[in-house]
Amino acid sequence: MINAVGRDIPDEILKATGKEVFQGIHYRDGYTYKKDGPVTRCVSDNTRSKLVDSIHDALIKCNIKDGMTLGFHHHFREGDYIVNMVMEEVHRLGIKDITICASSLGKAHDPIVPYIEDGTITNIQSSGVRGKIGQAISSGKLKGLAIMRSHGGRVRAIESGETRIDIAFIGAPTCDDYGNCRGIGGKSNCGVLSYALVDGDYADQVVAITDCLVPFPNFPAHISMTKVDYVVVVDAIGNPDKIATGAAKPTTDMRKLMMADYCTQFVVNTPYFKDGFSYQTGVGGASIASTISLAKIMKERNIRMRFGVGGLTKPMCDLLANDQVDCLLDTQDFDLDAVESVKDLKHFRISAGEYANPFNKGAVVNKLDFVILAALEVDINFNCNVVVGSDGEITGAQGGHPDTAAGAKCAIVIVPLLQGRIPAVCTEVTAVTTPGESIDVVVTDYGIAINPKRKDLIDAMRGVDLPFKTIEELRDIAYSMVGEPEKVKFDDKVVGIIESRDGTILDVVRKVKEYTFADN
Amino acid sequence: MEIVQPAMAGTLESSDCQVTVEPGNNGIEFNLESVVINQFGNQIKKVVMETLKNMEVSQVKISIVDKGALDCTIKARVEGALFRSVGQFDHLPWGGAVR
Repeated sequence: MINAVGRDIPDEILKATGKEVFQGIHYRDGYTYKKDGPVTRCVSDNTRSKLVDSIHDALIKCNIKDGMTLGFHHHFREGDYIVNMVMEEVHRLGIKDITICASSLGKAHDPIVPYIEDGTITNIQSSGVRGKIGQAISSGKLKGLAIMRSHGGRVRAIESGETRIDIAFIGAPTCDDYGNCRGIGGKSNCGVLSYALVDGDYADQVVAITDCLVPFPNFPAHISMTKVDYVVVVDAIGNPDKIATGAAKPTTDMRKLMMADYCTQFVVNTPYFKDGFSYQTGVGGASIASTISLAKIMKERNIRMRFGVGGLTKPMCDLLANDQVDCLLDTQDFDLDAVESVKDLKHFRISAGEYANPFNKGAVVNKLDFVILAALEVDINFNCNVVVGSDGEITGAQGGHPDTAAGAKCAIVIVPLLQGRIPAVCTEVTAVTTPGESIDVVVTDYGIAINPKRKDLIDAMRGVDLPFKTIEELRDIAYSMVGEPEKVKFDDKVVGIIESRDGTILDVVRKVKEYTFADN
Repeated sequence: MEIVQPAMAGTLESSDCQVTVEPGNNGIEFNLESVVINQFGNQIKKVVMETLKNMEVSQVKISIVDKGALDCTIKARVEGALFRSVGQFDHLPWGGAVR
């Protein structure tokens, strides 16, 4: 069945998943449902300890068995040890058919690929995957379907009961013996635990894993003892060097600086750029550079930001330090400056649900004026792909891309027109992961395209000295330099689905076919 | 042009390609490894075949490791490898076979 972004979703996938095809970003506005709840085992005996000796013992106490769903968060990013440690024990116990429901997975998790191959792990639900897990899925090694969903979409899936987490493992930089977890302090300081909060609320059993046990009470707790069954102390939960890096040096790449400048000029010429505006940006070089140049113009024109959201980095936290923004709403900290900034009273931690869940009674993203995003590919319908590489292999994550694009009044995507020989603006993206109806502007080094449905923005830019082009013109410039790419050849076998934030199916990912030349 | 000895041209830098030619006696033996093979494999092959034809090469083992080079780069690297293989470093046919 063809969905609202023109993708053909096979009937057998709709049947197997019980899902509908994507029908527009606000298709489920007003949808009414009863929230799911965890099966809870009480702790009233004051002599009972929650401390267990090892991950192995925690798994035994949680009655780990075949077919269970395990929850993980990705605040330690490429420095995470938790997923590998837990899955190694699960594998050692001979458990099969595990579903991993992670807020994201990265190259740090390459070691779990053998467990995909031997049937320990048969389903993966994540914002995305990179590295060898992506290759394993794209070559058809995962027995079940990989489900790629946004940060908001994950919370929706869990709160609505579509996904039930049997055991959640929460890597906690600091924790006390009763399970009060904080993202702050310890050796693996990640600042916040936003993505894990829904696991604490909805998983049947919750295991906190820490490498820094502190005296009770570890307050104010980010995840409360009231939700935690067991506490395990291990030597290390992550590699601090890869959890929060030093602030990225502002880029000196002229191409990125030029795109950042185009982006900032666009932002300041929209009607939304006025006192009290709101803003979110990513961690790419051009995004960071555009935040820096925006801060300069805000100062010159005496314009103040009401709130900034993110995925935070130093340039965003500098706005707070320099009193240019009233407050920051934080779901994740990418560098040490952002982790440090969490201590500021106007730097608020928010949950992934508050941030982006479309099945809330409203989320923060809905209040955004601007979001600055990146993409692997954008097509002439403004559909974006941030998950599947142009070679057909899964190699990225939705993150908050579809959530913020749907919520923000002005969603801007910055992409260099060419990534090597790959045109970033193309006729049809390899997979649709954010629908074009929620993307308003595409900024490239060869020009800027405004989505034709945003007549208001087109009008606002009359007389503005920026290189405006149509999206088709941008594609044609790209193809004139590199040639028109062939379509990647896929098998019929569907290996994954790209879920829209509301749980409908945006696209499917198929197994990549081995390449053969056309004429032999 | 007849390939005399093995020769190489190009690098493994992004947007470049490394071309190796060796004498062959089995027509054109073409081998491609490319980061963009799924999208540009046929186009790369076409450029290589055209370049070989243009240089009147009919017996060669040619291997290319491509890092996303544009057609013009691929053509230049193939020509460079061919001229090196015959030891021709002067009087290159600019505007003739090489254009």
